[in-house]
Amino acid sequence: MSAGSRLLRSELRLVLGRRRNQVGLLALAAVPVVLAIAVKVSVSEPGPEAPDFISSITENGLFVPLAALGLELPFILPLAVGIIAGDSIAGEANIGTLRYLLTVPVARARLLAVKYAATVLFTVVAVVVVAGVGAAIGIALFGSGRLTLLSGTQIGTGPAVLRVLLAMAYVVVCLSSLAAIGLFFSTLTEQPIGAGIAVIAVNVLSLILDQLPQLDWLGPYLPNHYWASYIEIFRDPINGEPLRSGVLVALAYALVAWLAAWARFAGKDVTS
Amino acid sequence: MSDPLAVRSTGLTKRFGQQTVVAGIDLAVPTGSVYGFLGPNGSGKTTTIRMLLGLVRPSAGEHSLLGSPMPESAGAVLPRVGALVEGPAFHPYLSGRANLTRLDDADASTDRSDTRRRVDAALDRVGLLAAADKRYRAYSLGMGQRLGIAAALLAPRDLLVLDEPTNGLDPQGTREVRHLVSGLADEGRTVLVSSHLLAEVEQICTHIGVMHDGSLVAQGPVAELRAGAGQRAFVETTRPRDAAAVLRQLGARDIEISHDRVGADLGDVVRTDLAPALVRAGVPVLALGVQERSLEDLFVSLTGEGFDVSG
Repeated sequence: MSAGSRLLRSELRLVLGRRRNQVGLLALAAVPVVLAIAVKVSVSEPGPEAPDFISSITENGLFVPLAALGLELPFILPLAVGIIAGDSIAGEANIGTLRYLLTVPVARARLLAVKYAATVLFTVVAVVVVAGVGAAIGIALFGSGRLTLLSGTQIGTGPAVLRVLLAMAYVVVCLSSLAAIGLFFSTLTEQPIGAGIAVIAVNVLSLILDQLPQLDWLGPYLPNHYWASYIEIFRDPINGEPLRSGVLVALAYALVAWLAAWARFAGKDVTS
Repeated sequence: MSDPLAVRSTGLTKRFGQQTVVAGIDLAVPTGSVYGFLGPNGSGKTTTIRMLLGLVRPSAGEHSLLGSPMPESAGAVLPRVGALVEGPAFHPYLSGRANLTRLDDADASTDRSDTRRRVDAALDRVGLLAAADKRYRAYSLGMGQRLGIAAALLAPRDLLVLDEPTNGLDPQGTREVRHLVSGLADEGRTVLVSSHLLAEVEQICTHIGVMHDGSLVAQGPVAELRAGAGQRAFVETTRPRDAAAVLRQLGARDIEISHDRVGADLGDVVRTDLAPALVRAGVPVLALGVQERSLEDLFVSLTGEGFDVSG
């Protein structure tokens, strides 16, 4: 067991062992449950509207995780990621443990890397919780079987599960860019909630700007413009163009935020 | 490897904006010593300690720990250094044991299979084993301070930097910390212990450095400083002003008059000259005495205030 992973496991125990974060994960898991039950008890006509997967749930339980991700992706998941990322460095600075980690010593680059890795792994856990709970209750209430894609073709359960996993991976990549932005904000302050709120502000601002038709040209450069593109995975063939753009934008934001975090943290006087 | 100085700094300086917090100090902490780093609150002790440990970047100057230049050698040197900086800090919702385990996990130089034994040994050494599984938030101030010291003792250290280790401890706890520090010194470790209370560390220190307003105003072995502290004369008389004038003429310093009593630092004045000079000047002497000055007196004169006055 290398030293790096020892610290990472300690970090994960810290994040996942914290009651606040466990309650947060429960809240994330509640969405697919409420959604599936609501669809089950209400008899609604399948409408012709936008492909939000909700109307398809009755056909196949595997649409529950997709619809739940769609509901949670704009606000709730960024909220969770923002709180964890904002807490990463600022939380340790706030209670003073940062000075003890650094004198252990943990090299500053290593600390940033471990904190980021832990935030991304928390994001994975969050997405797996939402999708996993969604799939479980979806299949229990509506069954699985062949899945009809948005383009009308049907695929078997195996390939369907693969595509759901691909969508989950894409969502994790998207949220990881926000996690890097949160890591940067977390190096700026000793107030973890402040850093978390800043992340959420960036997310909301980006959502709003993306809505303005006058700022059409700006859209593709916003951090969350391509997030909803995970639905492109459910076409036949997969429409890879927006997905590739989404991954590139996420990597670009993550890289810039990372460099900013490093520039800020490397030589920072730790007086907390 | 065996540098005669465990901590060495030259011209170590820290400015925050316009304010100079530490003004070019040359620390020399001999290997194997117990070095009392003294000074009123706000005199720059903690900032100095933060610079020594690489938490704060010096504005000027250089320093080394255990013979290796800092901060370049931080990765190699800091595992051999145990530190308590400006009070303990732990995760409130983790137990004492879990907090120490976390610090041990963060230390790349330790062996994981040994964590439990090391953590328990450190807890035992500060008498916290019974409270090991309590959450840190339930700890009293003194227990927190002990846990901080336990963290500094997690691995075998060659140098311990303990910033105000007796803060928040009751007299019994203070005695225990003193005993602990003496024990560490007996094991051959170098201890740099800061305090704003001379009395708390005077008995255990072999060396002392005194900070005042960001400067190191005195440094050296305790015996040497004590010998250099000099003597103070007291004259009881009905004419204190005349007595003060005589003492001044002789070259005594720091002359104080209170009621019928005059005190003065003798410095280089020969004490046998006092009585004849007073008599010659016709000063009626009720009593005359000379006392060795205590370290406390020396520090009060160096720092311009009592040690328990916050700056």
